[in-house]
Amino acid sequence: MIGFQHYLLLAALLFGIGLLGIVFKRNAVALLMSVELILNAVNINLVAINKYVLGGSGLGQLFALFVIVVAAAEVAVGLALIINIYRLKKSSDVDDFNILKW
Amino acid sequence: MMREILASVSIFDIVFVAIAGFTLLCALAMILFNNIVHSMVAMIFCFLGIAGVYFTMDAGFIGMVQIMVYAGAISVILIFAFMVLMSRDPARSNRYSPRKGSILAGFFASGIIAAMLGYAIIATEFPVSGLPDAEVNQMEVIADLMLGSYVIPFEAAAILLLVAVIGAILLAKGVEKDR
Repeated sequence: MIGFQHYLLLAALLFGIGLLGIVFKRNAVALLMSVELILNAVNINLVAINKYVLGGSGLGQLFALFVIVVAAAEVAVGLALIINIYRLKKSSDVDDFNILKW
Repeated sequence: MMREILASVSIFDIVFVAIAGFTLLCALAMILFNNIVHSMVAMIFCFLGIAGVYFTMDAGFIGMVQIMVYAGAISVILIFAFMVLMSRDPARSNRYSPRKGSILAGFFASGIIAAMLGYAIIATEFPVSGLPDAEVNQMEVIADLMLGSYVIPFEAAAILLLVAVIGAILLAKGVEKDR
């Protein structure tokens, strides 16, 4: 009874929750966490497509692996940036990160 | 009617609904907690739940990678980073946006997008091809692809990780003052 569409629905809901977190949280680390949630929703889609549409050819799982690699790189660089801005502003609140504005 | 529905429910359906509900609950908790340490614990459980979703799709390798990379490495990096940045009052460390409009717009936008995606998913007839036979070792298939036709993206991903790690070290080290 549980099939392809249920996995896609789960991924859509996780995507919505991640988007909600990005819009209404103000801590930079929390925003990174929400981005990770969105990437995970994409990965669920990829793995579900691999199973139900591609017939287990493995391409979807391979792509999900690449997404995980890029997400890990993104977290490393993003946290380094946040730590650097924290040194400058003594805050991890994105409302205080206005140094590119003038 | 009720009995027919109950008869068509398999143990797999119950497992999937339990795992999916757990994942969604943890994701919501991660978004809604005001204390970012609680948020991060919810995030780890959410990632473990997503690994469970992969296991229900016979994607054991991706599930293990998910547990190691997300629930292990990325969570530890995030927690460490936040310990560095921790302000005096952790109970208010993960506050909502002070602007009411932003919160409303967030609910509006994400609700509309999730509803549209959900409607599109339910209304679409997907061309479901034959399911993979359980005999095939999925890990073997991925390894063949990764070191066969897709070896150049694989190496590019390795270089990307190396560059990202070096860049993160350089960025986090900061500029030396006396120069």
